[in-house]
Amino acid sequence: MSDEKKPVITEFTKGLIKENPTLVTLLGMCPTLAVTTQASNGIGMGLATTFVLICTNTVISALKKVIPGAVRLPSFIVIIASFVTFIEFIMKRSMPDLYDALGLYLSLITVNCIILGRAEAFASRNSVLRSALDGAGNGLGFTLALFIMGSIREIFGAGSWMGIQFGIETPVSIFIMPAGGFFVLGIVIAVVNKLAKKKPPKELHCAGCPNEELCEKYRCDKEAKAS
Amino acid sequence: MNGLTVAPSPHRSTKLSTSMIMLNVVIALLPSAVAGTVIFGARAALVLLVCIASCVIFEALTRKLMKKEQTISDLSAVVTGLLLGMNLPSSIPIWMAVIGSFVAIVIVKQLFGGIGQNFANPAIVGRIVMMLSFTAFMSSWPVPFWYKLGADVVTGATPLAAGAGSISYIDLFLGNCGGCIGEVCSIALLAGGLYLMAARIISPAAPAAFIGTVALMTLITGGDVLFQILSGGLFLGAFFMATDYATTPLTNKGKVIFGIGCGLITFVIRNYGNYPEGVSFSILIMNLLTPYIDRLTQLTPLGAKKPAAKEA
Repeated sequence: MSDEKKPVITEFTKGLIKENPTLVTLLGMCPTLAVTTQASNGIGMGLATTFVLICTNTVISALKKVIPGAVRLPSFIVIIASFVTFIEFIMKRSMPDLYDALGLYLSLITVNCIILGRAEAFASRNSVLRSALDGAGNGLGFTLALFIMGSIREIFGAGSWMGIQFGIETPVSIFIMPAGGFFVLGIVIAVVNKLAKKKPPKELHCAGCPNEELCEKYRCDKEAKAS
Repeated sequence: MNGLTVAPSPHRSTKLSTSMIMLNVVIALLPSAVAGTVIFGARAALVLLVCIASCVIFEALTRKLMKKEQTISDLSAVVTGLLLGMNLPSSIPIWMAVIGSFVAIVIVKQLFGGIGQNFANPAIVGRIVMMLSFTAFMSSWPVPFWYKLGADVVTGATPLAAGAGSISYIDLFLGNCGGCIGEVCSIALLAGGLYLMAARIISPAAPAAFIGTVALMTLITGGDVLFQILSGGLFLGAFFMATDYATTPLTNKGKVIFGIGCGLITFVIRNYGNYPEGVSFSILIMNLLTPYIDRLTQLTPLGAKKPAAKEA
């Protein structure tokens, strides 16, 4: 159980930078690298994921007493897939261009590990309000990361931003290739770490690990210490 | 860099320091650089100088920014710059050459810890990033001696793109053909490579295996052996890039495996791939495999018992 005394709003703000799902916990790498060739695709993908994340976190938190522990993962996936199908239909109808640009990756939101991770680590242990805020924070953090990466890759790799052409004749096209995606991701992570003044741990141990709440070993150690 | 530097065993006293090795490599590259300048004119020399200068400046700046000891005096940045410049066509826009130098020195070399720590050859990655980013500029080559023709820069295909039989062997050997600045004059590269082997700077294992594999595969498939060996960047890659200390295997056995791998990949890309030339890609791929080759070919110290083979 996470600390219920923390102000509710921190559940929202922590996902933006401090525990940013893409840049700090490194979840959801597949869409991060695949759809960020344009800034607008990054925003579209991020907002679609945010919507799914808020809905699934809310529903799973509300149903946490109903879902038996042994079948919780299949149940989570069914709930997530329902919302993904829902947003897919909406986007196909109202934003066909974005729907085509995202292609397969839209359906793959179902297996995005940010969503399953938040469901397992947070929503299934916390209240509905906190879970919804956690989903919104993580979703917007994901959107922010995708938008930054998409902007860098689009500006350097295609000489445009949000579809506005700058008239550059020879863009550095490696930025929109997969290799360039990895370069940009690494550098953005490095900059975020620098800004967050996070130093690499001298020894690898559980404290400070962003995945600590997921980790059985850490929980056991903590309980052993408390008793 | 003063004082006693202890290198891996055998601990013999030697005058051979990093800067001496690098100086020798520069000397060995000079004939080919001069030949490139003669063939492609002053513009080629400008590209080479810009690459060297920007590599040294980037190295100095990043070391200063990271608050680490300056390493420009070991000349490794000069070698990287020279190699990168020799891997570019002489008509490349200058700012692109600067970007290539940035990738080579800052991203590939310094971010991974500087000399000796880089996982891949900086000049190779610089060239590949430029090749993928500015494909049109990187694959248009001025014809040799265009400046004597009295016209604007005339571009032509490299012999590899044009195919065997488009050029005589003697032109290939002397460098009277289109290509990157430093790759066209095979005789100068051969002289530089032999000098390095004679000075015991590089071992002949990797270059011999590399060139030999390409020759053998061409022979088996019925291609033009001499043409495949002399054209493209094979000599430049085999002598000067497949022998880099930090990114190739340590043992002779490992070097041979490295060379054979390079040769096979080069052959496959040249004959079945999308690009006319595969030397740089093959060296990069084998660079990445080097730690595994090193582990496979670890030597047993003299007198030590061989580790018991694991039961299958």
